[in-house]
Amino acid sequence: MLLISCPNCGSRDETEFHYGGQAHVPYPENPNELNDVEWSRYLFYRENTKGAFAERWLHSTGCRQWFNMLRDTVTYDIQAIYPMGTPRPDSPAATSSNPGTKPGTTAPEGATK
Amino acid sequence: MADLLPEHPDFLWRNPEPKSSYDAVIVGGGGHGLATAYFLAKNHGMTNIAVLEKGWLAGGNMARNTTIIRSNYLWDESAAIYEHALKLWEILPEELEYDFLFSQRGVMNLAHTLGDVRESMRRVGANKLNGVDAEWLDPKQVKELCPILNINDNIRYPVMGATYQPRAGIAKHDHVAWAFARKCDELGVDIIQNCEVTGFVKDGNRVVGVKTSQGTINTEKVGLCAAGHSSVLAEMAGFKLPIQSHPLQALVSELHEPVHPTVVMSNHVHVYVSQAHKGELVMGAGVDSYNGYGQRGSFHVIEHQMAAAVELFPIFARAHVLRTWGGIVDTTLDASPIVGTTPVDNMFVNCGWGTGGFKGTPAAGLTFAHTIATGAPHKLNAPFSLERFETGALIDEHGAAAVAH
Ligand SMILES: Cc1cc2nc3c(=O)[nH]c(=O)nc-3n(C[C@H](O)[C@H](O)[C@H](O)COP(=O)(O)OP(=O)(O)OC[C@H]3O[C@@H](n4cnc5c(N)ncnc54)[C@H](O)[C@@H]3O)c2cc1C
Ligand SMILES: [Zn+2]
Repeated sequence: MLLISCPNCGSRDETEFHYGGQAHVPYPENPNELNDVEWSRYLFYRENTKGAFAERWLHSTGCRQWFNMLRDTVTYDIQAIYPMGTPRPDSPAATSSNPGTKPGTTAPEGATK
Repeated sequence: MADLLPEHPDFLWRNPEPKSSYDAVIVGGGGHGLATAYFLAKNHGMTNIAVLEKGWLAGGNMARNTTIIRSNYLWDESAAIYEHALKLWEILPEELEYDFLFSQRGVMNLAHTLGDVRESMRRVGANKLNGVDAEWLDPKQVKELCPILNINDNIRYPVMGATYQPRAGIAKHDHVAWAFARKCDELGVDIIQNCEVTGFVKDGNRVVGVKTSQGTINTEKVGLCAAGHSSVLAEMAGFKLPIQSHPLQALVSELHEPVHPTVVMSNHVHVYVSQAHKGELVMGAGVDSYNGYGQRGSFHVIEHQMAAAVELFPIFARAHVLRTWGGIVDTTLDASPIVGTTPVDNMFVNCGWGTGGFKGTPAAGLTFAHTIATGAPHKLNAPFSLERFETGALIDEHGAAAVAH
């Protein structure tokens, strides 16, 4: 069980949260111009990083707010929690005033049903 | 003391040093890698090949799964490949000369809601049209087949019926791996353990070698069978896969008298249960929601699974959890595997079997070997190409196939 520090509510059990998959996946700027390969990348391809991974979480049974997390996918250590719309803290962009990319609108479902 | 011990029994395979070059190298010594090597040697006469495994043989998902074998998938493409696998399971003990305890004790997929009931009946119909044995059972028939199931209607998820596939069942997974490994070895295949692939050598867009922890090995062809680590290997080779790796857990109880005659799966409450030959109750859970490469998951997933199991099987309330463990499963968004060519010449990929690839082992091996040997897919794996994510010809077994295990 992960212990997740919600930016609004503080430390809560993982069971209060919903996973949203990879962070920083912007909706295509010119959807009409995308070809099939580009659409497949947007719809079906997500990074599957072994190591530090930027991902989205929703505090579904608390404040119901989304936020981003940098988490190691091997040790499961949570390295940083940061607001949606800001760049990942370990990226060069984070040190500049770059507002970062808009959050994506689809969340790849991880769980099998 | 040591001289009082009996002789070590015969080893099932040699542990050779890697040669400097092979006609084909298979990455991953799980069930799929071993089955692929077996069919390459047997069906295509390719015996100058090696299986490279970073850990020990079958130490990945192969010996961590709950061993359920069935073919009652909804869509035609899936029914075809999984039913072919089931037919191979029926002849493999004899062909491999190894009794790996394949037991066709049947698999039940429970329905708990009206939606489940409708989906199940539709799937039974589809299965029959595809020549897959399938029946719909009402709650009384469910109880007759598996008397320890609670079919009262006052529980959170009452049993409203079940689909039943009599030819489905379980097998002893580590013995399956050993059976393939021994035959591979007899046919001349080198099985090399403790040999981690760390990169690839390419000539333009063609793979010509594999970098490993035991040195560089030249090869004509590479077949990836790395399950949870498929994305990592694809990344090394310079292409992407639409795969997300998740932890998936299972557990066993202590040994009990035989109480559970079949296999029971519940998609809705995420638990599936059988009783192993020795007597342990074997139960699997759903995946942890987050991406993970650690071979462990969160405890609440197990707690949820146990709650469901105890409600369905009240007799389990006093059993104890003996061991829990996790594997890393490679999931795709349509819950179907990817078996075919890649953007890199002479490199092939078999992955995306996710939470349900043990049952597919023989068919994965057969079709992937065909793909590697001939450079083009077998008709059974042609629909399971990487290109389907671009053409849109998905094989959406999510929800359709009763849990993907
Ligand atoms: C808990 C659990 C329960 C399951 N239950 C079922 C079930 O009931 N029925 C069913 O059909 N399926 C089930 N599955 C799924 C099934 O186990 C997998 O789909 C299947 O085992 C995958 O194929 P494999 O055996 O080749 O994988 P693996 O055994 O995981 O083989 C992949 C191998 O690749 C090796 N490898 C990775 N990277 C490298 C590298 N760089 N160099 C060299 N080697 C490398 C790994 O060490 C590993 O041994 C379950 C899985 C889990 C985890
Ligand atoms: Zn909150």
